[in-house]
Amino acid sequence: AMLDPDSGLSLTIARIVQRLQGSSLHSQLERQARVSLHKPEIKLESLKEDIKDFLKTSGWEKKLQNAVYSELNVFPSPCHPAAPPEHMKEPLAYMRKAQGSWEKRILKSLNSMCTELSIPLAQKRPASEQKELLNKWNEMGTDEPDLSLFRPVYAPKDFLEVLMNLRNPNYENGEQPSFRNHLGLIQVPLKVKDIPELKEDFSELGLNTGQLGIDDSAQVPPEFFENEHVRVGQKVLAEQDSAAAQQYVRQGCPTALRADLWALILNISNQPEDILYYEQLKSNVIQYDLLVDSLIYKDVKLTASNDDYYFVFEDYLYQVLLCFSRDTSVLDHFTYSSATPPKSYIRGKLGIEEYAVFYPPNGKINYNSFILSVAPLCFLYHEPSKLYQIFREMYVRFFFRLHSISSHPSGIVSLCLLFETLLQTHLPQLFYHLREIGAQPLRISFKWMVRAFSGYLATDQLLLLWDRILGYNSLEILAVLAAAVFAFRAVNLMEVTSLAAAE
Amino acid sequence: AAPLPPPPPSGRPRPCVRFKCGFTGPVLDVLSRRPGWQQAKDEEEWDFLWCDVSWLRENFDHTYMEEHVRICHFRNHYELSRKNYLVKNLKRFRKQLERDAGKLEAAKCDFFPKTFEMPLEYHLFVEEFRKKPGTTWIMKPVGRSQGKGIFLFRKLKDIVDWKKVRTTVFSLGNLVLFLFFHPLFLPMTCSDGGRTEEQKDETQIETYVAQQYIENPYLIGGRKFDLRVYVLVTSYIPLKAWLYRDGFARFSNTRFTLNSIDDHYVHLTNVAVQKTARDYDPEKGCKWMIQQLRQYLTAKHGAGSVEVLFADMDNIFIKSLQSVQKVIISDKHCFELYGYDILIDRNLKPWLLEVNASPSLIASSQEDYELKCHLLKDTLHIVDMEGRLTGKEKRVGGFDLIWNDGPVSREGNLGTLVNGSFMANTHLGCYNDRKQQLKQLFRTLSA
Repeated sequence: AMLDPDSGLSLTIARIVQRLQGSSLHSQLERQARVSLHKPEIKLESLKEDIKDFLKTSGWEKKLQNAVYSELNVFPSPCHPAAPPEHMKEPLAYMRKAQGSWEKRILKSLNSMCTELSIPLAQKRPASEQKELLNKWNEMGTDEPDLSLFRPVYAPKDFLEVLMNLRNPNYENGEQPSFRNHLGLIQVPLKVKDIPELKEDFSELGLNTGQLGIDDSAQVPPEFFENEHVRVGQKVLAEQDSAAAQQYVRQGCPTALRADLWALILNISNQPEDILYYEQLKSNVIQYDLLVDSLIYKDVKLTASNDDYYFVFEDYLYQVLLCFSRDTSVLDHFTYSSATPPKSYIRGKLGIEEYAVFYPPNGKINYNSFILSVAPLCFLYHEPSKLYQIFREMYVRFFFRLHSISSHPSGIVSLCLLFETLLQTHLPQLFYHLREIGAQPLRISFKWMVRAFSGYLATDQLLLLWDRILGYNSLEILAVLAAAVFAFRAVNLMEVTSLAAAE
Repeated sequence: AAPLPPPPPSGRPRPCVRFKCGFTGPVLDVLSRRPGWQQAKDEEEWDFLWCDVSWLRENFDHTYMEEHVRICHFRNHYELSRKNYLVKNLKRFRKQLERDAGKLEAAKCDFFPKTFEMPLEYHLFVEEFRKKPGTTWIMKPVGRSQGKGIFLFRKLKDIVDWKKVRTTVFSLGNLVLFLFFHPLFLPMTCSDGGRTEEQKDETQIETYVAQQYIENPYLIGGRKFDLRVYVLVTSYIPLKAWLYRDGFARFSNTRFTLNSIDDHYVHLTNVAVQKTARDYDPEKGCKWMIQQLRQYLTAKHGAGSVEVLFADMDNIFIKSLQSVQKVIISDKHCFELYGYDILIDRNLKPWLLEVNASPSLIASSQEDYELKCHLLKDTLHIVDMEGRLTGKEKRVGGFDLIWNDGPVSREGNLGTLVNGSFMANTHLGCYNDRKQQLKQLFRTLSA
């Protein structure tokens, strides 16, 4: 049943009000309003109007606007009031089921590793170990713990196998894959956009619009586009307007302005309470040792430490990810994610709900897919609590969709399907050829998309790509880029005869 | 010897350039693959020589070279590359600059940490040392490379231990000289050209320099790094110098702290030393391209500060070359590719650590191999044995002309005066689209 626009709007307003009520912004606004009472321009007769004007001129209204805008971006529009909460997570039942079994599998793997190695899921560190860790906080990478017995809980290709086997039980597709339906690996009938729709959605990426990374190259005189674009960027930052910033970055961010623009879009201001929260997470890491910590260590050593450019930031990765695993505020995103955090029980109280805790505290077990999504942020943010908040916000807005099974247009399933459809529609010969030689295109591009191209693109290009993710509040650009790469290399790819050669 | 064929009339390519090369790796590969170039056979005459400095020392003075012949070193390059000579030349240049242009201009030479030659200037060093107690100093042998023989100290007592007095009898009559030796000293010949002939026959005195250690290096990810930048000089009189856009930042494998003075590895970022560190992973590379670094710094400090930093680096290159301009034996046969080692401190001030006349041309990775091949290719384009260039070019491949008997401006053709603000023709750490540029350049030249 379609929700009529008015009740949809009032539901949205109600939800946003509920979320902002009791937030620190709320108390700050109240405090500002009270302080303003002392000001001469506030008159008792027109109290409400005067306070509103004051908040506008002092920039507080803008902050509120930014917060509202942020909420709108992050939370999906509400569905019918009668819909159960699972529907906000994931409307399609078969997707929910698939996500559920995938989670069970991961958890089983984690539990068996736990029993095998007889390591508890969590334990308090002895005081000496706590002291040592605190001293080494800025150089955890120098540690060489024995991680040989730990294995990553799953690899990207395992996840791809699961996605390939997704089927909609209501969809009878007795036909063999052919050009009349879908030749690719993803065989679920999700709606994805076609080129005309994408062109409309991503209109600012058209050939007639200036782009940083292209139209600011050495051959192009800066008066043509670059100077004006930088000037506009500085103005957006001066106005502290979140919505304007989001519109602006669609054409790319100037390097010097990027950190502030992203923080504005993600509504991160690094208030004292945010720094305090980070410090609390840090002390949690110092005091308690979690099994996932070893998995994090192993994943970082396997990925970032060996990367030519990101090895420098190894220590920051530990700091961010160890804190992240203990951050229960991350649990909020599970209301709109198809995933559900795994639960664990205090020893001896298995099954008794009062003794259930989420494990790990933030509900995320596997890290290797998104370790590399922290590293590029180290180029922009150097203060640990700010780096942490930016990463967390990027994660709960975008990156989580790359590791859970859902029907969301930015979810990994839709991205894979979008990629395959674009390729099949516009480069059918190439698609067919690659399929024939056992090199299904998705097998190659999956790892790019699941990591949002981190580790596969030079940092400056990666950041330009992520500008657009933020600007359009969507991950669809990843699928488009993946297809474009194949289009770019089409001539060479037509000549290869094996998957290895294609890679 | 049979007379060499005359140089070709301008515009027509020479049928064959005979080269001799004392190395393997990127140098040999680039030379071998250059169209029309062939490796000279053993006793054959050559037109182009890529040699090491020991060949230079032994043979340069008694080798006749035709006008067209080119060789990759200047006879007395050590005026720039040996630390003790460099500091002498810089000090002298600075004095002269102060006389001619005033204190402000002379202050632009303050990019070299205070350095004293040892044992010659031991007393001057002690005077300076006592002025600032507690600062850290580094002791470096002048002739060695790759980080060998270097150590740090904070107390005079540490080098008094080092400075063991031994007597050595020389074969020059009954002269007995008291000399300073390093306790672990091994007799060695000077690695890049001594000043006097006698020193060839004697056991070498190892000269060291004591240099003020930069205690506040710029750190990324808690690690110290230094920069390797390439500068090509094709002539000293007049001074003509080119700056290569690519280069790299070499990271220390461990986090920086002043507590571990004895930890050789932290402080020495030379890749050669890093390679022996326990946790060194040869696949890892420990290097960033300068473009990465420039981007990182711009994101952190803004474009303005970074431009000032890079302009200060340009200043280092020019002033250091100017300081040896009158001392280097200017020889039209010679060109030289220098590897500058620069350290940036936390105030974004660049410091000159040293100048290498024989920068390492061994590749540590595929990316490194490509960088060095492109660097060498473009060097050969500029040396221009084929006689293709007009001499008015401001850019060839990845090289930008930064000094042509005067500063070179980005705008306009070479030699034209430009109105408005002067923008230096340097692009270190900028995008290097050398392939396209070369294509365009050679197309225009052949037209």
